[in-house]
Amino acid sequence: MLNQKNPKKRYSLEAWRTRTAWLFLAPSLVILLLVAAYPLFRTFQLSFFDVSILKFPLQATWVGFDNYVALFSDPRWWRSVWNTVVFTFYSVGLETVLGLIIALIVHSEFRGRGLVRTAMLVPWAIPGVVSSQMWRWMLNDVYGVINDLFMRLRIIKTPMAWLAEPALVLPALIMIDVWKTTPFMALILLAGLQGIPKELYEAARVDGASPVQQFWRITMPLLRPSLLVALIFRTLDALRVFDMIYIVAGTQVETISMSIYARQQLISFGSLGYGSAVAAGIFLILAMYISVYLVTLKVEVK
Amino acid sequence: MRRQKLTIQGFLAKSLFIFGVGVLLFYLLFPFYWAIVSSLKSSNQLFATPITYFPPTPQWANYQTIFTTQPFGRFLLNSFLVAGGTTLLSLFIGLFAAYAIGRFSFRGRQPIYYTMLAVTMFPSISVLGGLFVLVRSLGLYDSIPGLILTYLLFTLPFTIWILTSFVREIPIELEEAAYIDGATPVQALFKVMLPVIAPGMVTAGLLAFIQAWNEFLFALTFTVNERSRTVPVAIALFSGTSSFELPWNQIMAASVVVTVPLLVLVLIFQQRIVAGLTAGAVKG
Repeated sequence: MLNQKNPKKRYSLEAWRTRTAWLFLAPSLVILLLVAAYPLFRTFQLSFFDVSILKFPLQATWVGFDNYVALFSDPRWWRSVWNTVVFTFYSVGLETVLGLIIALIVHSEFRGRGLVRTAMLVPWAIPGVVSSQMWRWMLNDVYGVINDLFMRLRIIKTPMAWLAEPALVLPALIMIDVWKTTPFMALILLAGLQGIPKELYEAARVDGASPVQQFWRITMPLLRPSLLVALIFRTLDALRVFDMIYIVAGTQVETISMSIYARQQLISFGSLGYGSAVAAGIFLILAMYISVYLVTLKVEVK
Repeated sequence: MRRQKLTIQGFLAKSLFIFGVGVLLFYLLFPFYWAIVSSLKSSNQLFATPITYFPPTPQWANYQTIFTTQPFGRFLLNSFLVAGGTTLLSLFIGLFAAYAIGRFSFRGRQPIYYTMLAVTMFPSISVLGGLFVLVRSLGLYDSIPGLILTYLLFTLPFTIWILTSFVREIPIELEEAAYIDGATPVQALFKVMLPVIAPGMVTAGLLAFIQAWNEFLFALTFTVNERSRTVPVAIALFSGTSSFELPWNQIMAASVVVTVPLLVLVLIFQQRIVAGLTAGAVKG
């Protein structure tokens, strides 16, 4: 009220609030410029140079697009892209289906539901390095418990060399990732399920809809937003995969991921220039994915 | 007749459901159970067939060995310092930012908010080389402060993101009263907002702590010596006295030691953590 009578004062109040806001934001912005914007800029900049990480201060030679030309015809890079995409496709796909089943189970009322909900947090809470080592041991070909359990359950006849047989390593890695991240998927989907009004199901029951019909006509359409968000987050995570594959399978070409390949070039081989081109390539692939998702999401919202 | 048929079906359905829940629980918990069992076996028991599903005679010695054959206590302390420092810094700096974004309207607010979200989606590998150069030139290579600084890359945006959603839910009248009484923005933030936003701080703090405690890529890349090594790197680099088989009982003992505090935290605060995780995802 007072402000309307005195435009000058209102302006100064606004200016003061703006200044305060920027002042409060300043520390965060400075830090993010330092640890996000600047290194990202450096990555793109260094990708045009031939430069070793071993010598400080850096001695860089300008090579133009040479690193990108080399990247384009680097079979190991394309293999890592392919591995990552296959890994992402199967693990996110399995996690979604399994996560939905778990969410539906936990959403129904039963005794011990609290226990299951708590247990769901266990795989999520275990550090990635720890769960990777745990599974590496469990998948040991001679002394591993997985072979023992699977043979007792008659799933397999003879012990499998999960982490040595090239054809089995990627499936094994997917299996580990599914165990580790399905609970996260299930938690998001569970939150989505809890947001669906119960009255809808009651009305459907009155109209004689079967549980299957209720699932496809009510649950799935209303769960769509949560499902989409969960899918996007998980896909992004899976495309960035580093820890688990690095620990369980190392840098072998059959399973090397984009992130592992970039680190190998950057740090292990010390070629900061070429490694930066790899890192820039990953950034561009993910940026493409994110923009496609933002566009789809916008279409979805409209 | 019909009634009886229904109950048989009901019974079958219920049994199937209970069986499903049992399988689910086994699937979720067995790997950690197996880590505990393995950590309590001697090498002979570990590398023996057929496999035993309970530790025949619990070997607590493994838990001592990890502290004597390597400075595991030091690694734990390092992890604690890094995760604790990262969390406190993120909360302190992030609180101001969240207050600014959540309460003040100014030009550039929307872009900043969405840039923060973009940074959380960002692949950390794409800044690894640049960060390496930065950390080297700041003289922070192979140091705890170096890790804390780089960890802010992912904890800070996430903290701001969560705290902003909490700030927005607080009724504006609370602060207005404070401003009328002549409070400065900093006073309003700490005296009025902070007590109300405390649950949000706990949620954001826990998630930041867990992220930092578990981080591997940066810790592996920006440290070399045991002096500044964190637990995830130590567990990944575990090597035995013999090159022939890894000391899985010790690796599992170390794994249990770093996981138990985390599990306790998660179990105590599970409501908050789930709320934070799903809020971040669903509102995003």
